Amino acid sequence: MKKNWWKIVSIILLTLTCVCGFIVGVPAKPILNETIRNLYFHVPMWFCMMIFFTISIVYAIRYLSNPLSNYDICSVEFANIGIVFGLLGLITGMIWANYTWGAPWSNDPKQIGAAIALLVYLAYLVLRNSIEDVDKKARISAVYNIFAFALLFPTLWIIPRMVESLHPGGQGNPAISSQDIDSRMRTIFWLMAIPGWALLGLWITNLRIRLSMLKNNF
Amino acid sequence: MPICTKNNIHTSAHSHIRTLRFYIQKIFLCFATLLLSCAASIAQSTKPEMADGLKTSGKIYVVVAVVLTVLAGLFLYIWKIDRTISKLENKK
Repeated sequence: MKKNWWKIVSIILLTLTCVCGFIVGVPAKPILNETIRNLYFHVPMWFCMMIFFTISIVYAIRYLSNPLSNYDICSVEFANIGIVFGLLGLITGMIWANYTWGAPWSNDPKQIGAAIALLVYLAYLVLRNSIEDVDKKARISAVYNIFAFALLFPTLWIIPRMVESLHPGGQGNPAISSQDIDSRMRTIFWLMAIPGWALLGLWITNLRIRLSMLKNNF
Repeated sequence: MPICTKNNIHTSAHSHIRTLRFYIQKIFLCFATLLLSCAASIAQSTKPEMADGLKTSGKIYVVVAVVLTVLAGLFLYIWKIDRTISKLENKK
């Protein structure tokens, strides 16, 4: 139980997110209406994707400096969960956009950037699976991982902020601006939703890594 | 038997005035609430529509219950998988 405390924290935080996310009041905005509550469910997907891709590149660099197969397993599993969260973010964003922007896909710079970033990471998996030799596979995919992460900078963090976007807080401002949400929403978002979803992703990755290691040893 | 003294008449007149004042207050309150509700409805018509009614009627709790059930099921499932993997690790 001692080393499982963070799993329980994840359960508590996500339960709180789902209760407070629906019941606690939100600022009244035209067009958005109650869909502003998607902040607790759609936006954390992207935050988690970025967190997991960052952890993935850390393990990729560790593998390159010290080629242990466990580092490779961690690197690929964190990339996997990042892709899962990214896809969920894309799909939930399209559902949200359909009812607020009028269409699921309107070539918004953030939509296009996110789609490119995801395709780059999907190519990472394709590349990995196309190499037979285990060491070569690990080394080449670690190098590719660094390039894939470098592409996140222009596609997610720079270009969408420089051009006009349907997303709030474009044009130089951080994505979560103080005009769009109030302190109640900020508390739920930062203290419950983000850590809750991130810990759930960590939990799933933890299971996948342990399973991969078991498979490796059989 | 109580006799109708001067004092008694005095108090009954007092009570009449009190009830009258009470009614006047009531009428004033009624007008005030009417005015306020009118103002509120005018203000509301310009505000974006939110699910406030849903929340006061209590139905949002049904959604919360459903989501929590789904969440609980998923957590139980993932917890079970965790246990199974732990057992496999210990067996080795």
